[in-house]
Formats: sequence, structure tokens, C-alpha cells
Amino acid sequence: MLLIPCPHCGERPEIEFTYGGEAHLVRPADPSTLDDAAWADYLYMRTNTKGVHAERWRHARGCGRFFNALRDTTTDQFLGSYRIGEPKPALSMGEPR
Amino acid sequence: MSRWRTASGGRIDRTRALAFRFDGVRYEGLAGDTLASALLANGVHLVGRSFKYHRPRGIVTAGAEEPSALVAVRRDGARETPNLRATQVELYEGLDALSQNRWPSLARDVGRINDWLSPLFPAGFYYKTFMWPKSAWKSVYEPVIRRAAGLGVAPTEPDPDRYAQCYAHCDVLVVGAGPAGLAAALAAADQGARVMICDEQSEFGGSLLADRHATIDGASAAAWVARAVADLAAHPRVVCLTRTTAFGYFPHNLIGLAERLTDHLDAPAPQAARERLWQVRARSVVLATGAVERPLVFPGNDRPGVMLAGAARTYLNRYGVRVGDRVVLVTATDAGYQAAIDLRDAGVAVVGIADLRPTVSGELPAAARAAGIEVTESATVLGTSGNRRVAGITIARTTSAGTGGDRRTLACDAVLMSGGFTPSVHLFSQSRGKLRWSDDHQAFLPDRSAERERSAGACRGATDLAAAIADGLEAGAESAPTRTAAARRITARSPRSADRGYLGAVPLASDASQKSFVDWQHDVTIKDLAIATREGFRSIEHVKRFTTMGMATDQGKTSNLNALAIVARAIDAPIPSVGLTTFRMPYTPTTFGAFAGPSRGDLFDPVRRTPIHAWAAAAGAVFEDVGMWKRARYFPERGEDMHAAVARECRAVRSACGLFDASTLGKIEVVGPGAAEFLERLYVNSWANLGVGRCRYGILCREDGFIYDDGVIARLAADRFHVTTTTGGAPRVLAMMEDYRQTEWPDLEVWLTSTTEQWAVIAVQGPDAREVLRGCVEGIDLDAAALPHMSVAAARICGIEGLVMRVSFSGELGYELNVPADHGLGVWKAVHAAGAAHGITCYGTETMHVLRAEKGYIIVGQDTDGTVTPDDAGLSWAVGRKKPDFVGRRSLQRQSMQAPDRKQLVGLRPRDGRTLLDEGAQVAERPDQRPPMRLVGHVTSSYQSAVLGVPIALAMVAGGRARLGQTLYIPMPGGDVEVEVVSPVFYDPKGERINA
Amino acid sequence: MSKQRFSALSLLRRSLGGHRSWEPQWRKSEPKPAYDVVIVGGGGHGLGAAYYLAAEHRVGRIAVVEKGWIGGGNTGRNTTIIRSNYLFAESAALYDHSVKLWEDLSQVLNYNVMFSQRGVMMLAHTVHDVQVFKRHVHANRCSGVDNEWLTPEEAKAFCPPLNIDPDIRYPVLGAALQRRGGTARHDAVAWGYARAASELGVDIIENCEVTGIRRDAQGRVEGLETTRGSIRAGKVGVSAAGNTSAVLSLAGVRLPLESYPLQALVSEPVKPVFPCVAMSNTIHAYISQSDKGDLVIGAGTDAYTSYTQRGALHINMHTLDAICELFPMFRRLRMMRNWGGIVDVTPDRSPIIAKTPVPGLYVNCGWGTGGFKATPGSAHLFAWTIANDAPHPINAPFTIERFRDGHLIDEAAAAAVAH
Repeated sequence: MLLIPCPHCGERPEIEFTYGGEAHLVRPADPSTLDDAAWADYLYMRTNTKGVHAERWRHARGCGRFFNALRDTTTDQFLGSYRIGEPKPALSMGEPR
Repeated sequence: MSRWRTASGGRIDRTRALAFRFDGVRYEGLAGDTLASALLANGVHLVGRSFKYHRPRGIVTAGAEEPSALVAVRRDGARETPNLRATQVELYEGLDALSQNRWPSLARDVGRINDWLSPLFPAGFYYKTFMWPKSAWKSVYEPVIRRAAGLGVAPTEPDPDRYAQCYAHCDVLVVGAGPAGLAAALAAADQGARVMICDEQSEFGGSLLADRHATIDGASAAAWVARAVADLAAHPRVVCLTRTTAFGYFPHNLIGLAERLTDHLDAPAPQAARERLWQVRARSVVLATGAVERPLVFPGNDRPGVMLAGAARTYLNRYGVRVGDRVVLVTATDAGYQAAIDLRDAGVAVVGIADLRPTVSGELPAAARAAGIEVTESATVLGTSGNRRVAGITIARTTSAGTGGDRRTLACDAVLMSGGFTPSVHLFSQSRGKLRWSDDHQAFLPDRSAERERSAGACRGATDLAAAIADGLEAGAESAPTRTAAARRITARSPRSADRGYLGAVPLASDASQKSFVDWQHDVTIKDLAIATREGFRSIEHVKRFTTMGMATDQGKTSNLNALAIVARAIDAPIPSVGLTTFRMPYTPTTFGAFAGPSRGDLFDPVRRTPIHAWAAAAGAVFEDVGMWKRARYFPERGEDMHAAVARECRAVRSACGLFDASTLGKIEVVGPGAAEFLERLYVNSWANLGVGRCRYGILCREDGFIYDDGVIARLAADRFHVTTTTGGAPRVLAMMEDYRQTEWPDLEVWLTSTTEQWAVIAVQGPDAREVLRGCVEGIDLDAAALPHMSVAAARICGIEGLVMRVSFSGELGYELNVPADHGLGVWKAVHAAGAAHGITCYGTETMHVLRAEKGYIIVGQDTDGTVTPDDAGLSWAVGRKKPDFVGRRSLQRQSMQAPDRKQLVGLRPRDGRTLLDEGAQVAERPDQRPPMRLVGHVTSSYQSAVLGVPIALAMVAGGRARLGQTLYIPMPGGDVEVEVVSPVFYDPKGERINA
Repeated sequence: MSKQRFSALSLLRRSLGGHRSWEPQWRKSEPKPAYDVVIVGGGGHGLGAAYYLAAEHRVGRIAVVEKGWIGGGNTGRNTTIIRSNYLFAESAALYDHSVKLWEDLSQVLNYNVMFSQRGVMMLAHTVHDVQVFKRHVHANRCSGVDNEWLTPEEAKAFCPPLNIDPDIRYPVLGAALQRRGGTARHDAVAWGYARAASELGVDIIENCEVTGIRRDAQGRVEGLETTRGSIRAGKVGVSAAGNTSAVLSLAGVRLPLESYPLQALVSEPVKPVFPCVAMSNTIHAYISQSDKGDLVIGAGTDAYTSYTQRGALHINMHTLDAICELFPMFRRLRMMRNWGGIVDVTPDRSPIIAKTPVPGLYVNCGWGTGGFKATPGSAHLFAWTIANDAPHPINAPFTIERFRDGHLIDEAAAAAVAH
């Protein structure tokens, strides 16, 4: 069970959270201007990063808020987390525990 | 007292004799014994049969690494536990143990024939045969293999025992309470840390419990342990857990502990939990897991009576048991000599020591020689003798030519072996720490940590007692969050010992006719490993899988490193390049019940009940599970089956009035200046134009355009919507709403609140509904003009402030009364009483389903399946055409979503007017097809319509709406059923009743 | 290498020589400079594809490159359940193609893969489950795939340890049984394909990780960079399961995939006690008993993507509480070993066996939690697709483009959720 750093509440066990998938996928402002391929890209294509992955979590059984986190998918160590709307931090922001 | 029990010493209680049985024979042991020590004290060495060859097997070790002595322990019919290690089973009065994998008896086991036929059963033989004739695999070969395999017998009755679980947090978790672990815990506690220390054994002390020679802080090992344990126990910030195995190391320093609470008691309290599973989140972890002595791989090394030297020493010093009268030591370590010396001091004849090393010097060998024990250097073992117990051993000297010289056979009744020590790096490796090969230690040692963790003592190669204790002290102090107190010092002295050991088969073993076992339990010999490498299996993982080496219940604790060395030698590669098999949890087998814990019966998953549940249950309702909810499915009256009850309930609703508990509907309040815009963007419908006090049926799609949920949404105020969802859908709809609100549209001022549990919902449906409610509802006009279909108003309902929604899922004049959940039952009872004069009838979900199907209303998840668009379901009227965007809109614009041959919702009527279709039945265009048939759809809902007197069905059929009037075919095992495609609205197509 | 047939007779004969005359089951190959087809990924799917390319399509020089040891990925990390009673015709055809190949595989490969058709029973716990499984039963019957409905009593008769007490939290309301379903020996599948392929001249190159995919000026694949040097290749087929995204990103190809941890565990071995395979999707329990006697139990995926090949403790706890609820006599048995794999999951949980946008580059991925059962069928169809540069009719629906066009094959959505 991961220990997940909620930027609002601090570290909490994984069972308090729901996973929200890849971060920074922004819903197109006007989807009707996209062709089918571009729309499918938004809907389905994922980087599936092997390494440091920016991802969304929701502290569903805590503060209820979504946030973004950086996690190394080859070790499951978190490098940090940040609030929705904040830019993805540079990688030097934290050391893995 | 048995003649194998010493006169004094040890940690057993000589005043408390305990009777126990093994295979039905009564024996006596002492309090403090394990089953293994008690059996040895009675001279019993034969305790089991091996997995494949059914060879007689004895006790090899004195601990958790035991590969051989597995037994079943039976308390009663439901409490029989197979595959327990006799070395870990604590003796209690009346213990009843059984040997395994033998028939008809342990002493005479017909399975032994496998041993004589063993040339036919080398590693992996089953991949090469049993293929002809093909049909015989299932009928003959596999059943025979299955019967032969397996070890113990699984219980057949439900386990009545209880299992507990808990969480804990600490600064420092110390795993292992041997010298290094005790030192670490003391040092961490000195610094004020919150410490937990656990050990798998019944008492703390580890190797010190069997050490007669060491002195620590001037005291004997036993005295020091007692003091350390007392200090820790008295410390307010230290938790000590005995009989507790750290079985798994999970990410971010979560350690799983399994604590055995009652297995050592003769009469556990009936309510006492048998085991407790701890999930410990530790700031730091100190692994003081020690090292396991390695067997030597020589011909005939598996006979009962052949055991590890350290185990023999433990049986003597800790349990007061001599493992034999005449013993031979085969060793590659100095530590082995300690066992020989201790046994000799206890009056056992040590008839010889065969040391594999070319020259032997040092404190312990010198002491052995001084005691007159003959030591043979450059020795090897050519074989052993004895049937159910070792009776002799043949040793020789290896010469430069490689052949054995000075061949001698020594009569003995026990053989001790000491091949070196394998650090227990299981948990370290589970934590994803990196191991490195140490030539000095001939072992893999912890290198780089992945977690905040530190190994200490023998598990990182510090086998010398003083070094292990110093390492533990350092680890404990380092792991504490703060270092304020002065560092503790402990002085220790034990005989110096050179224990680099020996890896792989002894010289000349491969020439011997007797088998040399590497993995006792799975009967893997050096020949099997040779076959594996010959057949091209080079990676140790391949060798393991091909030979099953290390895959038995001991997971190779005593065998892995020897196997690795043998394979490395066979393919002429350095050991590290052959690799190391992965360490996986659990460290030792861990009870399923401990993982499951209290999660059983009603606690398996929370049960959600409505406020009206108890009333419905008292009224005889039959319930169904919908999500976590229990919903009343129907209310049978005397003698009715479901069909009769449902028909009666349906008629009542259509002709008079029905009462239905709709409290499980999901409810979400969407509030704020942005509420209308929020729903506008989310749902397919238009919301801006919905007047206050009005309701609308809403459809929610996923971004892929498929229906996700539906429900009526009421506008309570300009900035306040009461959204209802399907019963199972509320959590996921709320989660989806939160996702869009927080991450896509933070610009909208809107708040979401789940109100599912806050409102009880009572549906009153039927032509008499208005009349029934007239006496119940105050403050609003119920007439159609004032409160038309799809409207909502606040009112007093049976004296309670609530909401009256005029909505209908039955097609009749209908109301849904929303009252605070605490008043749900009271209002329900009041309405029920008020309706008595109208013959008000309670109905359940089954009738609700029939009524809605008669009206062609879909159930999301039954008529839709995650591949259905609003248009497919005939709901394109609900889609806001003029909206620029909503979730799913772009996907619905794809060509495939508008194809004319998409499956569309239609009604089906059997041509014969009688046949009730099977839900899930398939729909075909052409009759009389054979598989594979061309199919055009499937039946989603099917009921006997009471009001129409015929069966009706809803179906998803390709291009269905263009097929009205067509005949289609439902292929059933008994033949096709002819159906006519009709509108899905079977009843009151003009909607006159609903608007009454 | 001379062909050494496996049989009871050969076993007997070689036992007289102390089994000293067995030869390596597959050649240890060094990479050659060039091949006609290189398969990336030495699991069952990749080795099988190489075998069928050699045996049925005779495409010339073929190699399989594997970054570790063959069969070390999901092939060796699953619960070996085999069935084909899928709902959609496309899926049922795909998996049934596989089951038919399984039925002869031991004989075809001359390697006993221990395909054991002991029956796979899927348990229904709610009215909704009953509706879904009956739809499966009808759809399968009409497609010629065996699948039958059992009452709780019939389910109990077929699987005696099953708890059909109507008062448990989620009582068993019935079951869908596919008698042709069962299990097989996972390692044997990889080794059997490797041996048969090797005998047909396929080079099997272990400890060889792909680090680059080379393309010519027109964008066509022309070779691979590996940790063991450059390899020219006319065609490259990627069959890399959880690592597919990483491998294909080397060619700039993006896929609708996410990789999740999936765990499984075994109990200590016991005498035969569980005669079939039982699955419960509703409460997440998957169990059978291996020929060795272990109860083999599948857990669910973890919630988050990961390449660590391990999962969380609470996932196992949930799996075992479900097992103990359905089979309460197993509560005293003990977990012997737990492990994790990396499963690659598509948005509709159906696989992709297709050409990629890069000419000469093919992909077989997205098998999620159900890849083992498909091994022979998947391999066979992938070989066909590579050899013909076009899909076989059975895998034609399983393209990458279906996500763009909306032609999803969504078994999980079809099983839907409680209403």
C-alpha cells in the first residue's frame, strides 16, 4: 500500500485515494474542431511512462481533492505532488524517499 | 525421562510433562518443546515422506527454514492444519500430529516405489511424456499425477476460528530478536524512538538461546537476553511481539506481520483470535533476520538423522535433547565444531569429524582435537546407510587425483552437517534493495537499500557475535528519528569461528550411486540440476522452474545457494552471473485467514439498507443485492411465488396504487451559480431552460459517447439541482462530476454533495396515487395543473418537511416523496395506512422492472451495456441539439456512431403470445440456423406483462427501428421462437395515464 | 541440432544412460546480422509467433529477442486459466481459435503443455450477474462455443468446496460453465514453442534488450538496436506485453495502453481438493489447483500503472477474503508465494493484433489480465498478420484504429455494472 503525498493533507495510505490516470491531459476547448484521430488521441492514447510519471490522484476518502503527483513507475517512489492547476515541477524538486 | 533427554539445562520446563500424539502413538514431551524437539527426545527421527520419491525423511533444522519435517496438526475436524513444520509447532498438552504423504503408514509407504523407479522420473519428465494417446491425459495420466502430488490434506469443514487485523505506526521496526535485533531495539529505544520488535519464535534471543559459551556484558547469553527482554518490555515506547513473522515488505516501509496467538495453547478461549495480521508503517526498518545454516550436498544426505549441526546444537542446548548416541560431523565451517563439542560434553559419542577444507585450524577445531575427536581434512562423503534412520556414513579423503582415499565407514545414528551460513536477505530483497555477491562470505549480501531500511548482524554478513551486536547497536541508533542519548556499548565474547563454508555438491558426489539432495522437500538432486543444464536451462529461474528446486513450501531457504553453485559450476560461469531467484512474499507460509481477517459474512462487504428495510423484511419481502444495497425484490403473500407476487403487485399499481421504496436511488445536490452550466456541459440534455420546480430525465455519457448513467434531475432553485442517479451509479457519477469540476472546469462556481443517505424516497404510483396523498401532503396543490408530470415542490409530507416530485417510472400517475432519512419509515407507514382504503400495495424491484419495461423505459446496465449511445437506446429526443458541447458529444459525431445497422432498442412480442423469452437470448434474422449463427441482437429485458396478459421483451437489434413489424427468431436449444419487432412502448403509448 | 523426440520410450531409453544424452531444448543463439522477421519478446505469444512463422509461413530467417530469459514475463506469472466463453462474437472467435489450438498443442509441439480441460465455472452473485452470464451462454451456444448454465446446486456438484449457502453476503445464484476450459502448464508453453521453433531454425536470443528501432528514409522498419548489437530485420513484430509502450515508443508509435500490476499467489500444496477452475468477477476471486497441488489464486490489478512487478498487500487481502468467503474450508491453508506481473490494458480491455502506422512493424499487445489463454491463437494470428502484411479475418477487428472509429470490443463494459 503506497504512502501518497496529498499536497493538502500530507502523506496518507493508498486506500484513501483513487487513481486518476495520466496528468496534464486537457480536454480540448472545442472538441468539434478535432478530427477523429486527434479526438481518439485525447480519449485513449497514453504515454504509459516507464520512469517518472505525472499522474492524477484524488484523496477521495480524505479532503476529496484531485492533485497531481510525480511517481517513478519503475520503483513506485513518489518524487513529489502538486495542486491541480500548478505546473509540473522540475524533476529536481525532491529526492525519492 | 527419555534417555535422549539431558539431565539438566535448556529452556524447557522439566516439571511440566506434556502428552502428545504422533500418528496416533502417545509420547511425552516437556513444556517449552517444539514438536520436533519432543519427537527427537523420544528417539523419533522418521517424521515424513518426501514429495516425489516418498523417501523417509527426518528433521533437518530447528527453525523456519525446515525443508523436510512437515506434519498436520489436528485440534478437531474443522481445525486441521496441514504442512506445518514440526520445528515450529510448539508442544501443548494433547497435541495431535500426523505425518503426511504416505500410505498406508509412515513406516511402510507404497509410494516408495517411486524412489526405485526414479530413473524414469528425472526433472521435467512430465513434459516429455503422457502425450499418447491424447485422451489419456485427462482420463488417466493427470488424475494419477494429481493424486501423487500435493503434501498434506486440506480441511473439508469451514474454519471456525477468528482472525484479527490491525494497523500500527512506529519510528523503528526491528525484525528479528537475535543479538543484532535486540541490540538495535535497545539502541533505538535509548534515543527515545517508538520501537516495535518482532520475532517468529516463541521467545526473543535467536541464536543466543542455544549458546552456552558466549558472554555478553559479562553475563551468559541467556542472562543477557533475559535482561534485554525485560528492559524492552518495561520501556513504554517499545512494543515486543513474539510468535510474529514479518512475512512481507511492501512499498514505502509497510511491513506485514503475522502474529500467532493461540496455536501454542492447549485450550484457546473460544472467542480468541487465532492469528493477527499487522500492517506496520515504519519510519525506519532494521532487518536483523540472521542467517540460515546450509546443508551439505552429499550422497545419502537425506536420511532421517542427518541434520544441520546448528540444529543439533539447538536441540541440545535449548531443548535438552541429544539427537543421537553416536554422531559424525561433516563440516566446512568452524561453527560445526561447536555442535560436536557441545554434544560430546553432553555425553554423546562423536565418532569423527569430516572437514571438507584442506587444512583446519582455529579455536574450535583445536578444542575438538584436544577433546580427542578425530578430524579428517580434505574429506568428502561417499554415501550413508540406514533405512528409516541413518546408521552409517562413508567418508574419504579427496586427493589431488580427485578420487577418494582413506575410505572409511563410521557407524552412527546421527550425522551433523555444516555447510556455512546463508544470510536471510528475503525481506531486504522484497523491499527491492539490491544484493551483491561477496566472495569473502560466499553469499549475497544487502548492498543498496531502496527504502529507509538498514540490515544488521548476520543477515549482512556480521556472523561474529560481537560484530553482530555492534552492528545492531549502530543500526538502532541510526534509525531513531533523533540522537540525543549517548550511544550504548555492549561487550560480547564468543569463540572465533571461520564460517565461509562450502557451496555445491561435495567432491565426488556426482559419481555416487546414492542421490545427493539439494532440495529435500521437492526431491531435487544434483542429477536433476545436471539434466536441466544439459537441456539448456541456464538462467537460475529456468533451472528452478524446470526442476522445481526451491519451489516447495520452504521456498529454497536451505537449497537455493547450493543449487546456484552447482549450476554455475556446470555451465562454468561465476555465481552472480547465473542470477538469483527472486524473493517473494511471504517469508514463510502465511494463513489465508489472517489475510482475510474479520472480512466474512456481513463484514465481507458493508451492507447498505434503506430506512424502510426492517419494515419490508417484517412484511416478508425477498431482497436482492444491487451494488452494496439490499433492495426488496417482491413482497410475496401467503403461498405466492415470485411470478404470482409480481403479477399481483403489477395489477395493483396499474389499477389502484402501489408503494415502492426508491431510497437507494443515488442523489447528488449540485449547487452554485455555475450549477446549470455545469450540468449543461456534463449531461447530454439542455438544462438552462429547465424552469425552477421542474424535472427532466437526464442522460450522462462518458467521453466515448456511451451511456454511463441516467436519472431525473429536479431544479429546486435557479442555482440548485437535485440530481438522481441509478442505485449502483451514485459513487461513480459523483466521482466523475468531481473530476470535471476540479480539473476541467475550475472556472465554474459549483458544489457537489452526496445526499443519497440523507433522503428516503417513497414512490407512490398508480391511478389512485393523488387520492392517497391528499391526506398526507400539506402546503401544495396536487392537482395536475398545479403539479404536472415532471415537477417538484417543497411540502409537508405527513408532517415532515420534504420534496414531492411528480415523476413516474411506472407509466402511471406517480409521486416520489423525499423526506429526511430518519423520517423515512414513519412517512412510509403513514402513507401505507392512508392508502389502505385504496388497496395500496407494496411492490419491489421486480415489479418496478416489469412496469417500466411495459413503458419501454431502459435500465442502464441491463438494457444498455457500455456500448449503447443515447440514440441506440431511442433517447435522441433527450439530447440537446443546439448545445455546442457536452461530455461524449464529439464521440457521438463519429461515423460509426451513426451507422444505420447499430443495435437499437426495440420491443419484441412472441408470435405465439405465450412464450416468455430468456433474458440474454440472441436474436437472429433467419430461422433454423446452426452454429455459428448470424445474429442481429439480443434480448435485454423480458417479463410476463400482467396488464397485457402476454410476455413482452425489450431487445437491442441491429437496425431495429427499421424492422418494426418484421418477424425475427430467437434460437433456443429447443428450436426457434418467432417474435415480432414492435415499439418498445407496450402500454399507454400516448402517455395519458402518466399525465392524468 | 538433431531432433530428439519426446515420448515415454525416449524417456525410458535415455534413463538407461542416466539421462546424459539429452540435448538442449533450444539453441542458445548469438544474434546474426540480419533476419527476415524479428519478434521482440520471448514469452509464449512471441515464441509461438516465431514457431508459426517458421512452420506455416516459411518466411526464412527468424529470430526472437528477449531482454531476460524466455517465458519470464507474464507467461510465467499468471494463473493459467484457459477459456473462450466471451460475449462478443469477435472475442469468442479469437479465444476459441486459441482453445482449439490448445487442444492439440502437446502433440503438435511434442511437448506436454498439460492442457487440462477441467472446466471453468464463472459464478453469478446478483440478478445482474445472472442476466449477463445467461447472455454469454446464449451468445456462445449460437456461436458454437460451449458454455452452459448451472444452478447453484449443479455448481456445487461440479465444485464441491463451493459455499452455496443463500445467506452469505453475495450468495451464488448460478454459474456459467465452459467444460472445454481449463488450465495448462505455463512454462511448458514457452519452452515447447521455443524448442519447436528452434528445431525449425528460429534463433532464440536471450538477454538481448531492444534499445532502438531503425527506420529507412521511407519510414519503413529496417532493423533493431539491441544490447547485443544491431540486427537488420525486414519485419519486426512486437509482443512485449507490459513493456509494449516502451518498445514501440522507440519507433515513435503511441498506443492506447496502460500497464498495471497484476498479482497472483499459490497456497502450499495439498492433496486434490479443487477439481475445476472457478472465477467470480463480482467479488474478485479466481482459483484452481495445479497438478502439483497448490491452489492457484488470481488477484485483481492494482489501481495505478507500474512496472515494478509487484502489487499491494491490500489487494491480496481482498482476494483472500473472497476466496475464504466462497471456500471457507481453505481459511487455514497458507499462502506460499505471491508474485506480480505487468499487464498492458487497452481502453476496451481487448487486445490489439495488428499492423502499426510504421510499415514493417507489427504489434500484439493489450491482453490485459487474459493473455495466457490466448497464447496459441494470438501467436498463430500474429504470425499470419506478419507473414501476409494483413490481418487474418479473426484478428481483423482487433486493430489500433478501432479506437479512432469507435468499433470497440468492450467485454468489460458489456458485463457492465450493477444498476
